[in-house]
Amino acid sequence: MAELTYRDAVARGIAQEMARDPDVVLIGEDIAKAGGVFKATVGLYEQFGPRRVRDTPISEQAILGAAMGAAMTGLKPIAEIMFADFAAVCWDYFANEFPKSRYMTNGQVKTPLVVRLGNGGGARFGAQHSQSVENWCMMIPGLKVVVPSSPVDVIGLMAAAVRDPDPVIFLEHKSLYATKGEVPDGEIVDTLGTAKILRHGKDATILALALMVPRALEAAHRLHAEHGIDCEVIDVRSLVPLDTQTILASVARTHRVFTVEENPRLCGWGAELMSIIADEAFYDLDGPLVRITTPHIPLPAADVLEDLVIPSSARIVETVLRTLSN
Amino acid sequence: MSKKIAPDDISAEVRLELYRTQVRLREAEQRAFDLFLQNLVKGTSHLSLGQEAIAAGFAVAMQKGDLSFCTYRGHAHTLARGVPVEKVLGELMSRDNGLMRGKGGSMHLTSVEHGVMGSYAIIGAHLPIACGAAWRAQYRGDSDVSVCFFGDGTTNIGAFHEALNFAAIWKLPVVFVCENNLYMEYTPIADVTAVEHPAADRAAAYGLERIIIDGNDADEVLRTARSAYERARRGDGPSLIEAMTYRHSGHSRADPAKYRPEGELERWKERDPIKMYRARLLKLGVSETVLNAIEQEIKDEIEAATVACKAAPPPSTDIIFTDVYADGGWAWRN
Amino acid sequence: MDILMPQLGETVTEGTVSLWVKSVGDTVQPGDPLFEIETDKSSMEIPATCAGVLTEIRVQKGVVVAVGTVVAIITETATSGQRDSLPSAAPVPAAGSIIAPAVAVGVQRQLDPHQAVVTPSEHYGPGRRADGVAITPLARRLASVAGMDLSQLKGTGPKGRITARDVAASDTKPSAKPVFASGAVVSDIVALYADVPHDVLPLDGMRKAIARRLLESKQTIPHFYLTVPVFLDALNTLRADANTALSERADGQKLSVTDLIIKALAVALQQVPEANVIWAEDRILQLRRADIGIAVAIEGGLVTPVIRDVGSKSVTTVSAELKALASRARGRKLQPAEYQGGSIAISNLGMFGVQEFSAIINPPQSAILAVGAAQRVAVETDTGGVGFASQMTVTLSCDHRAIDGAVGARLLAAFKSAIEHPLRLFVQF
Repeated sequence: MAELTYRDAVARGIAQEMARDPDVVLIGEDIAKAGGVFKATVGLYEQFGPRRVRDTPISEQAILGAAMGAAMTGLKPIAEIMFADFAAVCWDYFANEFPKSRYMTNGQVKTPLVVRLGNGGGARFGAQHSQSVENWCMMIPGLKVVVPSSPVDVIGLMAAAVRDPDPVIFLEHKSLYATKGEVPDGEIVDTLGTAKILRHGKDATILALALMVPRALEAAHRLHAEHGIDCEVIDVRSLVPLDTQTILASVARTHRVFTVEENPRLCGWGAELMSIIADEAFYDLDGPLVRITTPHIPLPAADVLEDLVIPSSARIVETVLRTLSN
Repeated sequence: MSKKIAPDDISAEVRLELYRTQVRLREAEQRAFDLFLQNLVKGTSHLSLGQEAIAAGFAVAMQKGDLSFCTYRGHAHTLARGVPVEKVLGELMSRDNGLMRGKGGSMHLTSVEHGVMGSYAIIGAHLPIACGAAWRAQYRGDSDVSVCFFGDGTTNIGAFHEALNFAAIWKLPVVFVCENNLYMEYTPIADVTAVEHPAADRAAAYGLERIIIDGNDADEVLRTARSAYERARRGDGPSLIEAMTYRHSGHSRADPAKYRPEGELERWKERDPIKMYRARLLKLGVSETVLNAIEQEIKDEIEAATVACKAAPPPSTDIIFTDVYADGGWAWRN
Repeated sequence: MDILMPQLGETVTEGTVSLWVKSVGDTVQPGDPLFEIETDKSSMEIPATCAGVLTEIRVQKGVVVAVGTVVAIITETATSGQRDSLPSAAPVPAAGSIIAPAVAVGVQRQLDPHQAVVTPSEHYGPGRRADGVAITPLARRLASVAGMDLSQLKGTGPKGRITARDVAASDTKPSAKPVFASGAVVSDIVALYADVPHDVLPLDGMRKAIARRLLESKQTIPHFYLTVPVFLDALNTLRADANTALSERADGQKLSVTDLIIKALAVALQQVPEANVIWAEDRILQLRRADIGIAVAIEGGLVTPVIRDVGSKSVTTVSAELKALASRARGRKLQPAEYQGGSIAISNLGMFGVQEFSAIINPPQSAILAVGAAQRVAVETDTGGVGFASQMTVTLSCDHRAIDGAVGARLLAAFKSAIEHPLRLFVQF
């Protein structure tokens, strides 16, 4: 057992897979000798060498296109897009190329690749470097989308993503890079499409992702200690494939649901989950479905402004309290 | 085989193969057009009538294992790698015997078995992808080459520039072939490009040689292809080749190509690659009999394929939800 | 802090303190073993959850108390006020382990790919009452299942909304609640199996009807059971002869043992009309003809179509009718007139090798005959030696309100006689 930061867990997860399989390769901007702008790939160049850990020019389309061509012909590339916002720069590959290739070619072409992105806000980078784009990715048929919230999940889900034969979008949260968690020794392999109940409770279900997970846990603790409201907190972890069963089972127990989403209001990931719940679990619901989200605005840069718009644990407490009390 | 063919760097067999290939591409494409008029080819189709020498020349020069990537104007490139005519026509006609059973359509013809690693409908998307396939060859020490075909219009999109730079700095075994047919889609390429030769005049920007060839001369195409492939296999990196040609039909079937100046089409039809190659073969001593036999064989092949496709059923609807993911299914939830 | 006898398990109502680990006066920390208990299901060590001093033991070792009883008191020390620990990090697996996969996502639950959601098939009424008061979906469902009249409810939710709490508070019919005898509710059951790989099968109309009717049957009908062995050799010979003769027919119809059993039961009812009765609360209807139901297993459940007036029909007619009804049953095409009512029913599980069983009466009938598999058994012959015979075991379940023991026994005896002397199926003795 060791305590590891989220960023070190990224490097460890990649190293675990690269050591296991010589076809796993890593490309991106400044990821090799520099160890990545967020220091998430430190040590990999030293361990695996320039042939397997390669820096690229600032060419997002070339990075993803090359990852796709290599994946189609036998390698297992991990490609980094430094800031998740830059997915927009190479969106053709996310939306049109790698998720559709297998289907359009009637199963001939495979694209077993992983795209890692530096996702999310809270770091004062401003509107074009702070977005959470998991909802953009969730919408494209053929992609898988994974959003870990803890170091152990980073490693386990990275392993699962690399081993998965489909294209997997792996969203690392920039504001979680410095957080720490316990990680067991040895190989860690998790399963895509599995959510985790981090706190059991009976009064309400709170669904959260990434940075919103520790905030939801903190809110649940305060709700219980100060208001006697006992919330179940679920780290959704995997948007596609989605662990609908765990979520619906929780709703069947608590009858009230909240999502905490860092996406802007419209079409955040929680909108889709609430839609599924409102349909399948309609008769388990004892009250309206409430989403706690960032407002539908670009993110401001200044710290006091950003902190007011991204959901905080205080806002989660306040919303749950207001919704559940009469 | 006539004993009178002059020996040079291209053997008689290869020349006949070049001819046969070009004729097949022409006949198949023409048949596709005819079937469209009969309302049997659905959706959109982009014909490459008149550009056969490029597809044939580069394909015949390839070795088994070499990979090709082309655009939505890809019927010829697909057929040139040996994919059966029936499978291509079947895909165009949305039949179950189509190359992808109707799931991809004309713009996405793919046959991994033949090294046809996709036809790409988003302009420029496949250039970086071809770089990726070449990167894999370099990484593993494989000797195959990735050959990437695109039009003159592609040279102005971002992915073109990213891919060329990327291939150059990593010295990837990829050959980029720009089929300059003088028109972007409906607009003359000259109106939208800052330089005269949209590909060749950009080569220097990536440290590459300026190569312009007559894309309607299959022999010249073949020689250029061989040279570029050898360079790539040696580890000397990518090539960018601009092949001048002309398309006889519009951009797509919806386009009657009225934007062409008077007489331009006629002038280029004088330089029809197949007409010219036939004349060359006769001059080199190949008999009419041999050429007629090839032509008849191809006609019969096309006819048989047409009959088979007309008789083929539409795709079974139960394939709609298959192969979204590697497990063969579509499931995004449990 | 009160230390309570905990509930170990859904159906446990009591526990015994088997050992006190700590004594009065001992200081305890959270996590220290405090006492051990035994229930009828298991034994367990119970730790302290707060810091303090064990100041009082109220229940001594060896004493059985109800769940929830205060067994001891811990007087908490000043620093032990915090009962809820800080939110921990995500649960972490043991060293060196590979995290096992949870529910496999690839398992298809037969989702229609066009929608990919399973919309509830049952509906529980409108979201607003006639007077405009809103009712939550959960409240509607609970009220409907409990058979509650929503118009009488007072809502305590926001804007006077009727919530589950209001339904629960109003529910005065304990037997109608969707709870179990132990007090467990549906959500407890679901929670108990949350970590076990499973599929959720929604209840269709047939399953709900089966559940409702058979629960009602077992709860309200005083069943008793009579069992007899029945020798089949004579019947088998008759059947073989009949089928040989029938093989001449173009339609290939054959008689099954079940066809003959139905006929035999009709004959028996004719001979023992006191067993051909329906309990109607304040009267008994003694039927003058035998309408015999036969349980047919279909996908997802079973139905019991009824052949009317078996006594007046030939065996071949009964056979053809049974085939037609069974086929319609499997296609879920039976009309109510084809399965309602009836004098008695037959359930045959012999084809599955079941030797003997007791069936549950289908109300409003008063009896049901359960037929087991035929077996070869050793019997004493007339000459005192040992021979082999084909025998099946049948069990008659009777409603003691309408059919007494002797009546049921006579019915069974007449049935046995008709089977063992199959001439009785055709000639009235």
